[in-house]
This record gives sequence, C-alpha cells and structure tokens, in this order.
Amino acid sequence: MKGAIHTAQRHDSALKHVTGQALYIDDMPEPAGTLHAALVLSPIAHGRLRKVAVPPSPGVVAVLGPNDIPGKNDVAPVGSDEPLFATDRVFYAGQPLALVVGTTLDAARHAADRATIEIDAEPAILDIEAALAAKAYVQAPQTVLRGDPDAALKVAPHRLSAEFAVGGQEHFYLEGQIGFALPGEDGDMVVHSSTQHPTEVQHICARLLGCDFNRVTAVVRRLGGGFGGKESNASWVAGAAALAAHHTGRPVKLRLPREVDMISTGKRHPFLYRYTVGFDDEGRVLALDAMLAADAGWSLDLTPGVMARALTHTDNAYWIPHFRAVGYACRTNKQSNTAFRGFGGPQGVVVMEDALDRIAHHLGRDPVELRALNFYNDAGNETPYGQTVEGNHLPRLWAELKRDADLACRRAEIDAFNKTSPVLKRGLGLFPLKFGISFNIPHMNQAGALVHVYTDGSIRVNHGGTEMGQGLFIKVAQVVAEVFKVDIDRIRPSATSTAEVPNTSPTAASTGSDLNGWAAFAAANTIKQRMIAFAAEHFGADVSEIEFADNTVRIAPSGASRPGSNQVVSFNELAKLCYMGRVSLSSTGYYKTPKVHWDPASMKGRPFFYFSFGAAAAEVAIDTLTGESRVLRADLVQDCGTSLNPAIDLGQIEGAFVQGQGWFTCEELWWDQQGRLRTVGPSTYKIPGSRDAPAIFSVKMLDNAANPEATIFRSKAVGEPPLMLATAVWTALKDAISAVGDGRTAVRLDAPATPERVLAAVATLKKQ
Amino acid sequence: MVSRMADAICFTLNGAPVEIAGLSPMTTLLDWLREHRGLKGTKEGCAEGDCGACTVALERADGRHEAMNACIAMLGQVDGQSIRTVEGLLGKDGAPHPVQRALAEADATQCGFCTPGFVMAAYAFAAGGEPPELETIHDALAGNLCRCTGYRPIIDAMKKVAGLATEPAAPPPARTMSPVFENTFFAPRSLAELVALRARHPEALLLAGGTDLGLLASRARQPPQVVIHVAHVPELNTIDAGKQRVTFGAAVTYAHAMPTLVEAYPPLRTYLARLGSRQIRTLGTIGGNLGNASPIGDMPPVLLALETKVKLASPRGARELPLEQFFLGYRKTALAPDEAIESFSLPRLQPGETFHCDKVSKRRDQDISTVAGAYRIRLKNGRIEDARLAFGGMAATPKRASRAEAALLNDGFEAARTALAQDFQPLDDWRGSAAYRLQVAANLLRRLELRLAEPQRPVEVEAL
Repeated sequence: MKGAIHTAQRHDSALKHVTGQALYIDDMPEPAGTLHAALVLSPIAHGRLRKVAVPPSPGVVAVLGPNDIPGKNDVAPVGSDEPLFATDRVFYAGQPLALVVGTTLDAARHAADRATIEIDAEPAILDIEAALAAKAYVQAPQTVLRGDPDAALKVAPHRLSAEFAVGGQEHFYLEGQIGFALPGEDGDMVVHSSTQHPTEVQHICARLLGCDFNRVTAVVRRLGGGFGGKESNASWVAGAAALAAHHTGRPVKLRLPREVDMISTGKRHPFLYRYTVGFDDEGRVLALDAMLAADAGWSLDLTPGVMARALTHTDNAYWIPHFRAVGYACRTNKQSNTAFRGFGGPQGVVVMEDALDRIAHHLGRDPVELRALNFYNDAGNETPYGQTVEGNHLPRLWAELKRDADLACRRAEIDAFNKTSPVLKRGLGLFPLKFGISFNIPHMNQAGALVHVYTDGSIRVNHGGTEMGQGLFIKVAQVVAEVFKVDIDRIRPSATSTAEVPNTSPTAASTGSDLNGWAAFAAANTIKQRMIAFAAEHFGADVSEIEFADNTVRIAPSGASRPGSNQVVSFNELAKLCYMGRVSLSSTGYYKTPKVHWDPASMKGRPFFYFSFGAAAAEVAIDTLTGESRVLRADLVQDCGTSLNPAIDLGQIEGAFVQGQGWFTCEELWWDQQGRLRTVGPSTYKIPGSRDAPAIFSVKMLDNAANPEATIFRSKAVGEPPLMLATAVWTALKDAISAVGDGRTAVRLDAPATPERVLAAVATLKKQ
Repeated sequence: MVSRMADAICFTLNGAPVEIAGLSPMTTLLDWLREHRGLKGTKEGCAEGDCGACTVALERADGRHEAMNACIAMLGQVDGQSIRTVEGLLGKDGAPHPVQRALAEADATQCGFCTPGFVMAAYAFAAGGEPPELETIHDALAGNLCRCTGYRPIIDAMKKVAGLATEPAAPPPARTMSPVFENTFFAPRSLAELVALRARHPEALLLAGGTDLGLLASRARQPPQVVIHVAHVPELNTIDAGKQRVTFGAAVTYAHAMPTLVEAYPPLRTYLARLGSRQIRTLGTIGGNLGNASPIGDMPPVLLALETKVKLASPRGARELPLEQFFLGYRKTALAPDEAIESFSLPRLQPGETFHCDKVSKRRDQDISTVAGAYRIRLKNGRIEDARLAFGGMAATPKRASRAEAALLNDGFEAARTALAQDFQPLDDWRGSAAYRLQVAANLLRRLELRLAEPQRPVEVEAL
C-alpha cells in the first residue's frame, strides 16, 4: 500500500501549490453582489475616542461601528476585555474603530482612509519598564516556585545577576488575515476564515451577532501560514466580515492589507528578564530566582497561556533544585500580543541559556560541558512545577550532536581563527531543548474526527485540525490509510468545518497530529471493526480471521478447509457488501489526551503528556566593524519519536529553525515615540531570506526514539520545538562577541541581535 | 508623434495576445490578473514588491526571461511585453511544468502561498542558463520570501531546474507609434516626444521602472493621475561603454546596466546583487533612483563617488551637471518641471584609482541600506592623492563626506573617521539609530583602510 505511516509522503497539496491551483480564501469565486470591507484604525496609542466619521462616498454600502453590533462587542478569546470596535477609549495605535463596506475593495479602502477620527490623546505606556513601574498588568503575576531559592542563593558559593531582553516577532504569514462571510436563511452564516481555530471563529461570530452557535459555520480548507498569528486574531477578522454580511445581507470579504495586518494584530510577546542564579564551584546550578516580564500589549488575549508556558520552560533542560520564576504580564498601549510558534516556550528557555553562559565565563568552564552537567538526570528529574521528566533523551542528543557537529575540532579551529582575525570573529553555540507537549489548559486536549467510507471504497476524512502548511492533512490521511490498509490516494482530506466536527481546539501547541491523528484513528477503527464483524458473518469466519492488507481484505487465510475461508476481496468490494448488508460506514472519532492535569493557582501539575527533546549547534561569524552576522553552519538533532512522516517533519524542523533564527537576528519590530509601529511590511520588517538560512544545514531526527507515551503510532509533535533550537544562534553570537575581549567576559546581547545590537555589544567589550 | 488618445494596451499573456481598453492603465498587473482575468495563482503577499508572491516572468523578445513583481507593475507598463504567470507554465494537457514538478518533488512547499512566486522566480532562473551554484541561486531567490520551509528544499529544487525547457517569448510586434492609454498614460517612443509631453503635461509624473511609483497604485491604492512612461524612449535605453566614460540612458534597467557597471567597477558585483532583487532590477532603473532622490537609494552614493555627471533634457536643450548639484534636498532635485533625466555618465577608473563600496542593512539581501558607502581612492606611491567618499542613509540626501575627504588627504583615516561627525547628522529610525549610523560610517572607513592595506584579506562576513 502507498502512503503508510512512518514513510516520507509529500504534502497533499504540493502539486496544487506549484501550479497555483490551491485555493486560498481570496482565490475563491465570489458570488454576485459580494462586498468588500476595510478597517478604520486608531492612529493614536491611547486616548478618549470622541468621534469616528466616514464621509459618504461612491461605492460605500455601510459603515459599521460598535453600535451596529447586535450581540456583544467582544472578541476576546479569553476573558472579555477586547471589543471588536473601540467604544469610548482607544488602547493602541492600530486598534479597529469601524468597518467600511463597499462594492469594491478600493471604494471601501479609500473611504476608510478618509475617515475623520477625533481622539483626545492620553499618556501611553509603551514598554515593559514603564508598565512594571506603573504596575500595569493584564493579569495577576504568576509564580512557579520550588524549594527556597532565597535561602539557597544566600548560601550558594557563587551568585550572578543579570538582565536582558528579547523582542517580539511578527508572524508574517504570507497570506494576510482574511474572512469571507456568506449569509444564508434564518440568520445562518457561513464564514470562510484563514484561522487556526474554526470553533473560536464560530463562537466569536455568534457572540457578535447575538445568535446561537448552530447558526454559524466556520470553514477552513487551508491557511497561507499561521504560526500562531491566526489562533485568536483570525476570529475578529472573520467576525467583522460576518457582522457586515449580517447588516448588508450580502457576502462580505475582509482581507487585511499587509500594513493593516501588521498594525492591528498581535505578535510574539517581547520579554524582559532579571535573574539571579546561584551555583557551586563546578558550575552546578543550585538556585534560580528569575523575573520574566512580558509585553502583553493592551488586552489579555492568550497571554495567560503564553506566560504559563514561559514559566514552565524557564528550567529548559536543567535540574534546578531551588527555583522561582515570576511572570509579569505587562499591559502596554500596543498590539495585543498573542500566540506565536513556541507560545512563550522560546521566551522561557533563553533564561538558563543566558545564565549558563555567564556561569561558564565566570568559572572559566566549557559552556557545553557545563550544560550537560546541569541536565535533568536520575537524581534530579522533577520539574519545578512538579512533572517528572521521563524518557529523557538529553544526554544521548548531546553526545550525538557533539559527534555529528565535530565539536572539539571546530572549537579549536574557531579559537585559532579568532586569534588571527581582528575584524571578523566566529562563534559557536550549543543548545539543548526540552519542550512540553500538550495545551497547558487540560480541557483543550481533545479532538474529534469524522470518517466516511463510500461504497466505492473511497474514504473521506474530516477532523478539527487546520492545514496551514504543516502537513497535518497528509499525516492524518496516513493514519487512516494505515487503519484500512489502503493506498493513501483513496483518502480524501476535507476542509475543516465546525459543521462536521464541532467543539474543537485550535490547531496549536504542536498538538495537531497528536490529537487529530488519534481522533481519526478512532473513527476509522470504529468503521473497520464494523466491517470486520460484517465480513466475519458474511463469509462465515471468525472476526479474528479477517485481515486488512494492501487494499484488500483476506478472510480466514489459515482456515483453508472451511467454507468461505481463504478468500480475498478488495477493500472496495467489502465496502459495497457492507452497504448492502446495512452496515454504517461512517463514524465519528474522539480523543482526549490522558494523564494531563494542571492547577493554575499553585502552578503545579502535569501539564504535558510528554516532552520533546532536541539539540542544536550553530556557528556564526560577526563583523566587529558593522555588527553584521552570518550563520555559517547549523547542526540539529530533533526528537520526533517515531516520525509519522519524515519528509513533513524535516520541513517543520528546518522551517522552524530559520523562523527562530529570524527572531534572534534580523526581525525587529520598531515603534516610534508615539507608539506607532513603523515596521509594517517586508520592506521594513525583515524575515530571513534564502541566503540567511545556514550555509551548512545538517538536520537529523533522533533514531530509535519511539515515544514511551501512547501517542499516535509513537510519534512526537514537531511544530514548535525546533524553533527553539535557533537559540544556539544567539549563544553562538555571544560567543563570537566575547572573542573580542579576553574570552572570559560574558556579554549582554538582547534579541533580535541586529547589526546594531551586535556592534553595541562589541563596543561594550572593547571598552572593558 | 503621439498617435491617438485611446490606444488599447496590448501584450502577450501566457502565449496569447491580450488587448485592454477602458480600464485604468494604472491598474496593477496583479489586480488585473486576479480580479479581471480570474487568474488567481499569482498572489498578493505585501503589495510593495518585497515578498515575491506576485512574481511573474517577463519574456523579452531577445529570449531573456526576467522575474518581475506583478503587484507594483501597472498595466500600461506591460504594453508590448510578454508575460507568463504560474498558470501559463502548465502543458497543453494540464500537466505541471518541469520547474513546477521540481519544486513539488523537493518538498519545497508547505503553506504554498509564496509558492507560485517561487515557481516563477525559478522558471526565470531556469531559462537564464546560469550555473546552479549557491551564489546564483540565492541571487535568483532574493526577491522571494518563504516563511515555512527555511529555504533548504527550495534551494535543492533550484539546483535541479537550471536549463529546464522554457516557453518561447512571444511579445506583440513593436509599436511604431507612441501610444496613449486612457488619456493618462503616455508612452513616448522618442526623446523629442518625451520632452514635448513633459512640457504639455506638467502634472504628469515621469515613470521609468515604477518600483517606487508603483507603490502608489499597489499599497497606497492612490495611483498617479497622469504619467509619462519613459521606458520605451530609445535614447534613454542606450549604454555607451566608451574608453574614457561609461554612459547610461536614464531608462536602462539595473538588470541591463549591471554587466557594464560591473565590468567597469568590479566591486559593484556584490553591491548590485544586493540592490532590491531580480524582480526589482528587472524593472527598476538607475535614472529612476536618481530622480527619486531618496536619501537611502543605493546608487546615488556610488555615482557620487564615481564623479557622475547627469544630463537633463528639455525643450530648451540639454544641460549636464555634476551629480552633487542634482540633489538639492530631501527628495528634491535640480530637475526643472520641463526637464527629464536623459542619461548619466561616469568616468572610468584611472591608473592608481580604486573603487570600493559597502552596504550595511539588517538583512543581507533585498533590504534598504541603513548605511551605504562608496569610495573612489587615487593612490600614488602608496599615498592617498585623491578621495571621493559618499554615503547614503546619513543625511537628507545622498552626500559626499567633504570634511572626511579633506581630513583623509591631510591627516589620514583616523582623522577622516572623526570628521564624519561634522559631515553628517543622521536620523534615528527603524533601520538604525543616528549613533549607529555614524559609528558604522566611521567603521566603514576603517574597513576601507584595511582593504587598501591588505587587498587580499577578507573584511566581510560574506567572505567566510
């Protein structure tokens, strides 16, 4: 059979992608009378809203504001602090104020551009420091605590304190946010949305329209990239389109131009860190006391989850006996920051990496060995939040990485190079990763699927997960093909729809194939068991004698003497026979992740079903005259369990790494002093290009690493973890910079390490 | 002279002739393809010519295939051209083109939204017959962004597409008369007509490649009302590589000018490869870069350092002035309302002269300079006898560092670095702070000093 699990299978839409035939929402045929919408945004970061007026102009059909919302003016995914349109106050430059609906896109946009907006500006909080000073938070501080870090720090032989910061990150999905709403009878609304969370689109449209959930159907065939940016932000875009469709009775499309998208939607949370770490003469970490302050932006959005994940990843790969990590979610007058691949994990794991480099410099020890010394181990295998680290691959990953990357040799070679190269410096950085898989919120760890077998033996699968390029549809199709033992081209993945599988979780937290794979398995297996029961009866065999293999079904292959035995029918024939025998060939499937629990009050529990591990080594070069840098080489080893689809997983690993590299290096968001984002398109916001990917890029999946937990065919999630492997690039940059000095002095390097920041760090060292 | 007042825009699309009348010639090619022609394969990712999702191929009559951005090209600009889109690569039986197949088979697609643009960039690359080396591949991909794959599989596919069969170009016959589209888009076929139109339509904007002006149509949705498109003026399309000087017509594209420029001033090879992207260089012109007078354009510092003269044409005749006198202020030039840039001319390097240039930006490729520097140095017996140092990104206009030049001649590099602070008071913006710009400009002079001292020793990370 073609398309078995654990084999490399191409993305199901690859040929449609390359021929331009894959339909994204803006490519769908528009019914006659379709209208187009454009947003009016606040130009002011904070103030009292006096007036929004859009002058009448040709082609404008409607102008909608907060008073036009029949339901509730609230699009918050969590809590209820986020209006679709600002009412009396505005909280960030870029906040939606109104929606203009026109017969053409240009009519709507031109009218929106000409809106009169009166806002009495008030002082704005524009960075984390200012928010901390004002104690402006979107939620109460969260703390993960174990032991007595204060006492342990007091008696530790060595203590170091440091501060650093990381920036936010624009998702820069190539397909901008878009929603297309088509009104039906009785207030029904079909909403095509480029969303990772169709169920939330359904809920928020219903909340805005004031109708039951059953009136709204959210449909998603594919996203042109999501990366977390379409987990909550897609909902209000779809909601605004639905509102306009409700008012006009006509189909309405709202597609955000790139600049509007970047100005109005949330990004990865920037973080500021202050920590004190205590350690012994060997470099063993004894205690950590860390403050993590996130720029949540103006509203809550998904910040609670992001912060919880940051705090539960501050330990990263390391056993820290006494531990405190306090998370402040700062309220600022900026875009409301949101999910972004890693969801706080990347912002958590950097803390110990910074600390260990400082410890290594302080003690004059090898930072690579120092990391290994502090890995979770048999004696210390409990995370600060109470989950035991099981199936720990860290020592093995570290050994394989050091071998594959030829570490010892290259370290010596780089040191020699640096001695004779005054302007260009090279650096090497290694990074180990432990990343928890599951939604931190236990109830979200559930999924549903719907499988139909038709009488010609063709199979249609539907599930709650969305296809955003990550290859979820092909992986789930492989699972279904495996159940029925038929060729994968017999399996038709179908657009995600709240009408087919309801009450779903977002495709996020790397859980897409873990959850939906099992749900589809359950659905397919239910049908298969019915087919087996029928075949046994029909052919006079025992159910244990029915065997699915290679597009066929074999009946009692060993019972040759009995009537009906040793027959072979095609899968297609059996499907037809089942129908004739009045057997249901359709089933739902459901899965909930076992074992997970979490107490948000004590910040203790087992939030993760399992951990994914990885390790990376990066080599960089910097120019100490300009601060420019290049990633010369990266070696990655990623734990994928037993990969469901090595081709897809390889793509996830490479793509995530380069995306993480962008966060650490060239991707800089820049707000002016009025709090207006000024990096609003690819000409000003620079994501990595082809030349930026590591010149030598060696990626390996850890072999013989079947997941000890009962995940779908013992695979592991892969969407987010490899993004954090790019931390090695940041570590390598610091290593290169420290070569400017005596090699013993640690340096602060905030991310993104733009040429300007690298040069500033070089200058700091030169002064010392 | 100008023929009629309502010519149809004629071009070839995917091998078949197209005639458009009754539609604004300032409509972008992308909008037309998607909204009017129903060809949805070409995508809008940014509407500013930076992401490459809208890439189509421009198939020249001479057989060259060039990638270009459909989002910032206006319909009037493609009159007379042959354009191919991702749909136009399919075989008659609907089978994917070998280039399309290569990308699919390399697992080079994930979300797929950027993919048609990569396909067309790969197609243009495949047709170009370049060696499939990393350097040329990155050069060919610099105008396309992918957020999913990390590029490795795309690069692998590019290694396989070189030389794959391409579709023949089939542009419509060259026009003998100058067309006017919708009475707003003038496309003169001679310099005399150009200056006459300029006098008659003082309200018109001069449009060359449109890589900046096109943003008005695409991103701002406020296209210019009237334009005079200079791309088809023969006098503006000449390159004269003489013994003493090299002279370029103002409408010569970067892609066209590059070989001559690189031959005359070899360090421009990498510099020009970092200017925009192939898509931008297909349409963009150096004349446009000068007329635009942006303080962060990449060419002005180079041309200032190289002592360029710019020739301006008008009904009053032509005049030539040194480029320094052309830039008057922020986006302000000496161009009179009735004038057009005709050409610019650079002296070749004399014995003892060397030329160097640097660009510092957040991203190596397809980024706008934080600081750009260009330097022409004349050495005699190891001593600097003459220096022209010009910078972009340091002031309201591209500018020579006259105090640093004097300091360099009199007191050496250290003094020149210090003097830069008197030459420039740069601004803070998203590309860099004023302090960083000043520091980098000074450090670039250190880099220059190192280059002059040890020409063989690499001083850029790209060399590693």
